[in-house]
Amino acid sequence: MAEGKLADPIGLPLDRVDGQLKVTGRATYAFEYATQGGAAYGVIVPSAIAKGRVVAVDVQEAQHAPGVLLVLTKDNAPPQTPWGPVDLPDRFARAEPALDSDEVRYFGFPVAFVVAETFEEANAAAALVSVRCDSLPGQYDLHSAGPTAEDPGHISDGAPANSSVGDFEAAFATAPVKIEALYTTPYQNQAPMEPHATMAVWEGQMLTVHTSAQLTTSPQEGLARTFNIPKENVRVVTRYIGGGFGSKLPFYVDATLAAIGARIVGRPVKLAMTRPQLFHMTTHRTASEQRLRLGADRDGRLTAYGQDALVQCARFDNYTEPVCGAARMLYAAPNRLTRHRLAKLDLPRSDSMRAPGDAIGLLALECAMDELADALGFDPVDLRLRNDTEIDPERDRPFASRHLAEALRLGAARFGWDKRIAKPASVRDGRWLIGLGVASAVRADVLRSATARARLERDGRLTVELAMTDIGTGTYTILTQVAAEAMELPVDRVTVRLGDTRFPPTAGSGGSFGAATSSSAVLAACRKLNAGLALGLTEAEGSVTPADLDDTYAHAGFGAHFAEAAVHRDTGEVRVRRMLGVFAAGRILNAKTARSQMIGGMTWGIGSALIEENHVDPRYGSFVNQDLASYHVAVNADVGSLDVMFLDEADPHGSPLGSKGIGELGICGAGAAVINAIHNATGARIRDMPATPDKLLATLETLDA
Amino acid sequence: MHNENVALTVNGRRHALDLDPRVTLLDALRENLGMTGTKKGCDQGQCGACTVIVNGQRINSCLTLAVMHAGDEITTIEGLEEDGNLHPMQAAFVRHDGLQCGYCTPGQICSAVALLAEHKAGWPSYATADVATAPVLTDGEIAERMSGNVCRCSAYSNIVSAIRDVAEGGRI
Ligand code: FES
Ligand code: FES
Repeated sequence: MAEGKLADPIGLPLDRVDGQLKVTGRATYAFEYATQGGAAYGVIVPSAIAKGRVVAVDVQEAQHAPGVLLVLTKDNAPPQTPWGPVDLPDRFARAEPALDSDEVRYFGFPVAFVVAETFEEANAAAALVSVRCDSLPGQYDLHSAGPTAEDPGHISDGAPANSSVGDFEAAFATAPVKIEALYTTPYQNQAPMEPHATMAVWEGQMLTVHTSAQLTTSPQEGLARTFNIPKENVRVVTRYIGGGFGSKLPFYVDATLAAIGARIVGRPVKLAMTRPQLFHMTTHRTASEQRLRLGADRDGRLTAYGQDALVQCARFDNYTEPVCGAARMLYAAPNRLTRHRLAKLDLPRSDSMRAPGDAIGLLALECAMDELADALGFDPVDLRLRNDTEIDPERDRPFASRHLAEALRLGAARFGWDKRIAKPASVRDGRWLIGLGVASAVRADVLRSATARARLERDGRLTVELAMTDIGTGTYTILTQVAAEAMELPVDRVTVRLGDTRFPPTAGSGGSFGAATSSSAVLAACRKLNAGLALGLTEAEGSVTPADLDDTYAHAGFGAHFAEAAVHRDTGEVRVRRMLGVFAAGRILNAKTARSQMIGGMTWGIGSALIEENHVDPRYGSFVNQDLASYHVAVNADVGSLDVMFLDEADPHGSPLGSKGIGELGICGAGAAVINAIHNATGARIRDMPATPDKLLATLETLDA
Repeated sequence: MHNENVALTVNGRRHALDLDPRVTLLDALRENLGMTGTKKGCDQGQCGACTVIVNGQRINSCLTLAVMHAGDEITTIEGLEEDGNLHPMQAAFVRHDGLQCGYCTPGQICSAVALLAEHKAGWPSYATADVATAPVLTDGEIAERMSGNVCRCSAYSNIVSAIRDVAEGGRI
């Protein structure tokens, strides 16, 4: 089989294998499996209160509107399993019923559902549904809930909510140099470009949902739980996903209602949440308040290292954003204290958004490190180097591989860090003030369970199947490369099929475990097949489990971000002129798609530093920003030149392929580098994210014209 | 609501349709004609995923009704290929990895194709320093002119590289 073999395809910057389908518009997303005539259209009616009860729903007019096939409310919805259970180990497999009670749990809660022949008819009829609610007072403000916030026991990744080493309070009290600062980060929304959508079809007792999801096995289980039917009777298909960023880890009422609607009207039903509905009906990233207390000796070694985080979850949920996770691994310090407190509010559900915990934890911690460098009179790169550690400082295990120092050093050289003038507001370019900033990146690595099937077809082609997803991360491509290398086949003889629960189960895409987990399973399947070929084997399955990652070591990817910010002297407008990210992320499976993951994360860092925020309306418990005109994500003109560099990192103790997660590492610390650059440019310390111009004006007024 | 007869010319082909007048051009393409290459990201003119080219100019197809486009020349992502070959812009997006999830991509590509035509016609943008002269297509110009197309995967810098490549007569 050596003829035409590509030399070791793993790592090559191959074009993504689904690229042609996507640039021609031929990749099929959830809503696109049937058009008018083939499917009926569903539209959800949301509540206009945040907490209370639905007293009455008048459906008369809607029911008689043209084209209407079904109006569903609490009065005629079929029985379903109540939401939860809240403590299910896989929270993405919880039951997600719809219209099963009269309770309204957050603003924009689904209270009715209309199915009609066409989208226009469904929309028009939805506007005719009249809902009467009794509103109860709710609690919507994170800050005022702080004093009564609870100790959640655990954070969402399963780690304890509190960690303590040595005697933090005593060490902090006596530290010769210290800073204490309160950082706040706002509510954020994942805002994937493809709204959450499902098309559901029943064939007898078999339910098929074409849905936009990061996971396959979990929604399959969750829908079965919701409808009390065997898991085998549910098929989840999700071949192309228009972005997820955590928001498509859970499944939502779009899947539930499409399935109920399809059952009742006896034909396929499809629905997509409207863009405004996404902001309430799906999850968001919690706002946070973070108290950072850092103490150091005069040599710049951390002696006391503390982070306290206050986060929100929905009243009925238990999600605790793991804000301090990064702090627990990043720097050495003999005395440490991290704590999470959870405020249950009558807001929509918080859950994962790209790098949950670390993205906002590092936004605060890495800015606080900049403050400490200032207080010490140290260079910020130098301060970080002094506090590097080869040992996981809280769990006393060596890191399997950790090249933070190399990333900082190489990055500083490549970025021209030596030209930075420590004194803020020293560099000008016309009316622009120029500054440079740095921040470290860290993201823990985990391995989950997955199985893959590899089959050699009669024509010599290889087919690989697993219920994994490609949410834009490049999974189709890297798995093709892994299989091709393992089977010594050219990549164009390999077909990877994903996104279908008919294939062997996987943990799906999330938490940066997707690539390492699924590629390890594919590798195992291919090795087995390869070994059996001589015996006539043509198909094999291979698996990976969390135990395949050696837990005598700590596992994480590291990196360093450098940013150059220009702040307009008069308006406070911030432009990120250039950024460099240097990453040590194990073995890179595809240099091109890996770089794309990083520039994506870095761009999110720019957004979180400068523009992304949602506001709660304290009167109604709603999010004020309900569309892309008012919830600002970075657009093309917000992004300056981005440079990405990967260190050549072998990780013999890591996942079977030695790869690490890269989907989230790029955002970790990126925003802090921008905020620190703004400080260097102007002298302004922004502790309340994002750094909008209004927060800079007071400092700018103190500068010479 | 009474339906209207309308003939839409999409990618050079005429389609006679009997349409609810409330149907947007975007939904007519996706739901009535089954051309799902054009995407719906917001349905309210704020993301650019639905960008198509009408009479040579890019528009948000979610912001216009289908019945208003009788006689117009509508080009969608499905109409850019020639003789089964990718349009140079499509090929450049693949080569430069100007996409990840792919959901914004058809809109980005239609926008980029129209952008080059606008630039060729001498149209200035907000980023143009001197609107009296023919603007040079700098990265800043490209980024500005592409900022109506949101990419949450944030492939922006690769999108700029892809467009620059085509603008400079890049290889196919
Ligand atoms: S769908 Fe038309 S601009 Fe978003
Ligand atoms: S490629 Fe995913 S939104 Fe642009």
